[in-house]
Amino acid sequence: MSEAVSAVADDVAPVRIEGPWREFWRAYAQSRGALLGLGLTVALILCAIFAGVIAPHPPYEQYREFTLTPPAWQAGGTKDFILGTDPVGRDILSRLIHGTRLSLLIGLISVAISLSLGVVLGLVAGYVRGWVETTIMRLMDVMLALPSLLLAIAVVAILGPGLINAMYAIAIVLLPHYVRLARAAVIAEAGKEYVQSSKIAGAGPLRLMFSTILPNCLAPLIVQATLGFSSAILDAAALGFLGLGAQPPTPEWGSMLADALEFIQRAPWVVTFPGLAILVTVLAFNLMGDGLRDALDPKLKR
Amino acid sequence: MLAFILRRAALIIPTFIGVTLLAFALIHLIPGDPVENLSGERGMDPARRERLLHQFGLDRPLPVQYGEYIGQVLKGDLGTSLTTHEPVLDEFLTLFPATIELAFFAMLLAVAIGLPAGILAALKRNTVADYAVMGVSLTGYSMPIFWWALLLILFFSVQLGWTPVSGRIAVEYDVPAATGFMLIDTLKIHDWAALRSALSHLILPSIALGTIPLAVIARMTRSSMLEVLREDYVRTARAKGLPRWRVILVHALRNALIPVITVIGLQVGLLLSGAILTETIFSWPGVGNWLIHGVQSRDYPVVQGGILLIATIVISVNLVVDLLYGVVNPRIRHA
Repeated sequence: MSEAVSAVADDVAPVRIEGPWREFWRAYAQSRGALLGLGLTVALILCAIFAGVIAPHPPYEQYREFTLTPPAWQAGGTKDFILGTDPVGRDILSRLIHGTRLSLLIGLISVAISLSLGVVLGLVAGYVRGWVETTIMRLMDVMLALPSLLLAIAVVAILGPGLINAMYAIAIVLLPHYVRLARAAVIAEAGKEYVQSSKIAGAGPLRLMFSTILPNCLAPLIVQATLGFSSAILDAAALGFLGLGAQPPTPEWGSMLADALEFIQRAPWVVTFPGLAILVTVLAFNLMGDGLRDALDPKLKR
Repeated sequence: MLAFILRRAALIIPTFIGVTLLAFALIHLIPGDPVENLSGERGMDPARRERLLHQFGLDRPLPVQYGEYIGQVLKGDLGTSLTTHEPVLDEFLTLFPATIELAFFAMLLAVAIGLPAGILAALKRNTVADYAVMGVSLTGYSMPIFWWALLLILFFSVQLGWTPVSGRIAVEYDVPAATGFMLIDTLKIHDWAALRSALSHLILPSIALGTIPLAVIARMTRSSMLEVLREDYVRTARAKGLPRWRVILVHALRNALIPVITVIGLQVGLLLSGAILTETIFSWPGVGNWLIHGVQSRDYPVVQGGILLIATIVISVNLVVDLLYGVVNPRIRHA
């Protein structure tokens, strides 16, 4: 008898049910772009963590006798400064590597603020409904009526220029997207049976909102958060470029670009590389966001 | 239909009120003394401050101030610029045609290239052409446009010397500002050399500003087209034996364009964000450049008025897009 059972078990064994992570990874790894995005992102994160070790020079060190040295492969370049130096003789490669830290930090902090605040507001709006919902959503409409950079500029005008205030400004700019997503998801989920049964079982509104409903609306929020990273980095660089974000001598990519603007004709490399760094980082997060969207939500698949 | 229009139009009133509240609050939220901010004078004597406080109405309760502000806005009085001492609204209206001209050509370029590229990618799905279009458009979508603009200047203006670096027209041409649109004004006086100069000034900023909308349109057209090509009516049209181009251009494209048109309409906000950067780099005399100067020189009436006006424009354009969408798609109208 027991032999028969084990024989059946042996027959069944090859059909393995995939865990959710495996299933997700299989869907995600289907897209080469998504893998490229993930690879780039991991590389950037490593770059940010080990900036102090990788960077050949300190980011603020001014080598006065080497101002505006061209990149190593151009005439007049040296191996000491692979991507050349800026107008005061700082190593561009080292500044870019340290800039990775800032850019990822800007993305992380502004998305974290925006996501948590947005989820709370969206859940409340979708769950409570009535005038609370109307007030929150109208406020979001106002914020969406302003072009993103204009809203960020307005916030910076109030708070004053600077890296930290730029992060707040970007968090505010990103906010409406999370609120709308969270609200829509809650409204779609609230009527479903598992929510009803949890309610009947005596779950309070906080438990219903955060522990019953929220986990089931995470997919679009994760996708939006990833894409939010790229717009945060792009907007922070734009603010830095306009002189409203990070202030010199901070090695933030946008302000590095703005700093060197007058030397663009004589030394194009001071402008080329910081921009390239912004492009690659933003591209990495966009690729990853697209891949996550396709993997997490087949309905959204293009 | 009229009921639909009125219902949609009524929805923007709370949004507009919100925007005026934001613009009004700006003057009070900005660090420093509102009187100094509004007059642009620092360290004035108390008597003068008292007089200005009264003149600006800042000594009244906030709700009264807001009511007065709304009254002024509705009369078209947005205050006076601190740097030029011109009315803010007049300055905006003088500069706005330059921004429209730039945005229009950027959009023209984005549609003229983005639409066919998206169609091509959808028809040649999973081929090299598709990957190329999608790769380029994702890069365009991720582009920091202030940097892109600089690269364009470096290559086309500095290296090749084909286009001018900045401005709207070469200084030697004296074009009377009849409409404010440089191309129309030069056409009006039949000055072909001036028209050429204006066009050569327009091309690089249009490319820089049009890149992101182009990428968005190409991506959107591709996905919308792919969806439509799977529909039954496309199969029916093919089964009827219609030529392939006819099925694609008449049956598929017309339906695929509906979401694309909405996306094009909704790019206005994006265009104005981009215009701030593009105009700054090319010294284009438009409202984006003006607003950034306002922020940098702490010209708060300009900042306040500029934000209010730009938001109003975005709200109105979105409303028009909404209405057009309802006209095209009856399912929305009757929802």
